[in-house]
Amino acid sequence: MRGPVRSEDNNGPGFPAPVTADIRLSVNGDEHPVTVDTRETLLDTLREHLGLTGAKKGCDHGQCGACTVLVDGRRAKACLTLTVTVDDREITTVEGLARDGVPHPLQAAFVEQDAFQCGYCTPGQLCSAVGMLAEFAAGWPSSVTLGAVSPGAVAPGVEGRPPLCDDEIRERMSGNLCRCGAYPNIVAAIRQVAP
Amino acid sequence: MRPFAYQRATDVPSAVAAGTGQAMYLGGGTNLVDLMRLGVATPEVLVDVTRVPFDTIEETPGGGLLIGAGVRNSDLAAHPLVLRNYPMLAQAVVAGGSGQIRNMATVAGNLLQRTRCSYFQDITKPCNKRVPGSGCPAREGDHRNLAILGHSEACVATHPSDMAVPLAALGAVVNVESSGGPRAIPMPGFHRLPGDAPERDTLLRPGDLVTAVELPALPFAARSRYRKVRDRASFAFAVVSVAAALDVADGVVRDCRIALGGVAHVPWRAERAEAALRGAPATAEEFARAAEAELAQASPLPRNAFKVPLARNVLVRTLLDLTAREDLTAAGDTGETS
Ligand SMILES: Cc1cc2nc3c(=O)[nH]c(=O)nc-3n(C[C@H](O)[C@H](O)[C@H](O)COP(=O)(O)OP(=O)(O)OC[C@H]3O[C@@H](n4cnc5c(N)ncnc54)[C@H](O)[C@@H]3O)c2cc1C
Ligand code: SF4
Ligand code: FES
Ligand code: FES
Repeated sequence: MRGPVRSEDNNGPGFPAPVTADIRLSVNGDEHPVTVDTRETLLDTLREHLGLTGAKKGCDHGQCGACTVLVDGRRAKACLTLTVTVDDREITTVEGLARDGVPHPLQAAFVEQDAFQCGYCTPGQLCSAVGMLAEFAAGWPSSVTLGAVSPGAVAPGVEGRPPLCDDEIRERMSGNLCRCGAYPNIVAAIRQVAP
Repeated sequence: MRPFAYQRATDVPSAVAAGTGQAMYLGGGTNLVDLMRLGVATPEVLVDVTRVPFDTIEETPGGGLLIGAGVRNSDLAAHPLVLRNYPMLAQAVVAGGSGQIRNMATVAGNLLQRTRCSYFQDITKPCNKRVPGSGCPAREGDHRNLAILGHSEACVATHPSDMAVPLAALGAVVNVESSGGPRAIPMPGFHRLPGDAPERDTLLRPGDLVTAVELPALPFAARSRYRKVRDRASFAFAVVSVAAALDVADGVVRDCRIALGGVAHVPWRAERAEAALRGAPATAEEFARAAEAELAQASPLPRNAFKVPLARNVLVRTLLDLTAREDLTAAGDTGETS
């Protein structure tokens, strides 16, 4: 399989030849044999090779979160992940969140709360929220938990774990931007599903 | 992006063996992949070190912590001993990037991330750090976020890491492996001031592999704080930040550790402020005096002069936060929740 020719591939004279690797990629429980250029990001492989166009390219620099997927259950930015580095990992994209045609509870909550406008950021928001809720359940601290953003407060640790308040949701979801500004409804949707 | 060969190291010796010539190590890739895409980094070989089993955090016999180079930022911030013994480190890590970035980013990669100076990231512009001798447009151009301390004619860049600031305050030691054998490089001192060689961020030599960061035992760091000021509430680099640990007894500062972020080419250990504070009463007046002593050596540029009073105020505020907690302790609250 060959990927599309991108402008960055227009190699000038003296440019070294592309290096490829044959790997197996596990995405949403399916194994895919793919030949990838070592330069290829997971985002490009998903979208251009595997036809999984849920993950979106917003910035390609790690700044917007539209490309968020789960790698071994942890949320990550597919635009900064080289595909060759994750051949032994389990990838979950937004296409893999529903079970047997039944939307993931977060997907249902996004619909109920009207948590999007154009929908471009939504796949990333959903994957990020799935990962975030798992992180919270595992007791991981955030800047809000540790009092680092509310002036004067010095929280000693996470032992007496606070609930997932709106400030926590906003802070923990800050890696996902929404150009339409659907933030209030995104927070409401996540709150609806949060423990 | 320039084509490159990919190698996956499974242990430290295989990583070091592969890390020769124009090879670069790959951690989480959150900085390096971006710089490769921008054409700033052009390795011929990428040595993936994320399968090297240096991803654990262990207590040292001396009561400190040995943090593997491959530990992800999220795991570092969630570790019970980091939260209990070095809270400013956990606070600094969760103040950096976003959840996704912290899940990917490694300890070594965080220490070795490059400056966010916009000219450094733009290969159509001159930049002494990227192309030695080409000039520094930041000095006359956009330097709002750049250095106020320790910069040179050649470069006024800042080191962007939050995590590195408490590490410099704590006097962490960076363990390095190379074909010439292991070395241990203390912080501060691991990162270097730009001088006339801004292309070198640290004392590392080509091929050097960071294997771990060792934190010394420092009981009073259990009372420590990281405070970060940025242009928005989350997911932004520091404009100025402060990491501080304070040991106060009977209203007097017995000992302290202070470092500043966002102000220099290195995480800036505030030695003058520390010297001014040791033995002084733990009062707002003394805190202000100490902050003044540190910032007296600042030489801001036209568009970042605001950072001098900002750093002073954030430093004072951080110390006040810590002593406010000291008062709580005196009133019977041990600050522990178990
Ligand atoms: C959108 C965005 C926002 C961010 N915001 C913040 C922020 O607010 N605060 C902050 O502190 N940081 C921030 N960061 C930076 C982030 O913290 C760093 O990119 C990250 O810590 C780098 O770690 P990594 O493992 O991904 O490194 P990589 O990108 O893999 O590598 C970085 C450098 O370290 C070298 N390296 C990696 N491992 C080793 C090793 N074991 N030995 C020797 N060399 C090694 C690489 O060769 C490379 O030169 C942000 C990044 C992004 C993309
Ligand atoms: S400040 Fe340093 S990194 Fe920025 S343009 Fe000048 S030389 Fe380059
Ligand atoms: S496309 Fe990956 S973070 Fe924007
Ligand atoms: S719904 Fe349009 S970007 Fe978020």
